[in-house]
Amino acid sequence: MAELRLPENSRVTEGKTFPAPAGAKDVVRFKVYRWDPEGEGNPHLDTFEIDRAECGPMVLDALIKIKNEVDSTLAFRRSCREGICGSCAMNIDGVNTLACTKFIDEVKGDVRIYPLPHMPVVKDLVPDLSQIWAQYASIEPWLKSETPPPERERVQSPEERARLDGLWECILCFCCTTSCPSYWWNGERYLGPAVLLQAYRWIADSRDEATGERLDQLEDPFRLYRCHTIMNCTRTCPKGLNPAKAIAEIKKLMVARR
Amino acid sequence: MSSEPAASGGLRPRPLSPHLQIYRRQLTSVLSILHRASGIALSAGALLLVWWLIAAAAGPESYATFSAATGSILGRVLLFGWTLSFFYHLANGIRHLWWDTGRGLDLPSVYRSGYAVLGFTVVASLAAWILGYWMRGA
Repeated sequence: MAELRLPENSRVTEGKTFPAPAGAKDVVRFKVYRWDPEGEGNPHLDTFEIDRAECGPMVLDALIKIKNEVDSTLAFRRSCREGICGSCAMNIDGVNTLACTKFIDEVKGDVRIYPLPHMPVVKDLVPDLSQIWAQYASIEPWLKSETPPPERERVQSPEERARLDGLWECILCFCCTTSCPSYWWNGERYLGPAVLLQAYRWIADSRDEATGERLDQLEDPFRLYRCHTIMNCTRTCPKGLNPAKAIAEIKKLMVARR
Repeated sequence: MSSEPAASGGLRPRPLSPHLQIYRRQLTSVLSILHRASGIALSAGALLLVWWLIAAAAGPESYATFSAATGSILGRVLLFGWTLSFFYHLANGIRHLWWDTGRGLDLPSVYRSGYAVLGFTVVASLAAWILGYWMRGA
């Protein structure tokens, strides 16, 4: 059953304000979710006033500036700063995306930053993704084949290779999975868009010989069929991929093989 | 599971990050929840349909009671809401069937079909009521 309200210990309260340095002209306010496992009380929203003229263009630039210059205790994940590692996935201005590819100027008004939605919080903007990673492992994301390996690589025609386009580009940032209301309410049993897109990536691979076995694994009222085509996943994907389409293709294969 | 103290390294239990409270309302999710809401409204409206049939079978007196209730301002508002629900659920249901064939799932198509469903709902509901009043001659 969907639990619409946040648990008692998770409700967000108002936090501290860190004012902009004197003389700052172009001030942007960042409202950032904070929670410290070693601290006390509920999560709170801290306000950081940043001089836009002294900050890089991306939301990640602002977060790094805050950590370097204002509050070094701020915790968030980041690595590549160019949209390929998927570490800095978070909820910015109400939509999940990568902080490193989101322009500050795209946000109207205050920049509100929360961790990926409906996840246990490790600290500040760092969510605990272990459930999603376990689900990813459960679809066995590797090439499975019975036939003995050929002398050289397993060949694919250009057409067969093209079927993987739109699937291989996924960076596993889990923006989509954590934007999905169905995953919010049934995340323990529903695999969610990212993992299902990955499942389809192996089903669609002409070199993989375990298609039937993979479909058997997904034939379940929850694992696959909790997708109700809400389309939040496709709407939010920072890489422009279409998990909903991949899920629809799996559902079609389920029907076709009857 | 992971919100237990054990999973958080012996520290206090982890909070759940905000979801519905902070996620932006967008066409995708709003139309999805409207589909459910209209389905529930239609189920409730089906009871009204049953009442209508029973009243018609039970004679002029009970039919007059039914007419008075549905003809009142509140009755008409509810009936109009039911009309909206009906056309919305119908059109969005067809949209879902189209999606089930694997088509129309790219974002521009999703938005186009979404607005089309909303437009159809309003136009068809108004048309049905205008037609109804016109046939009634009042």
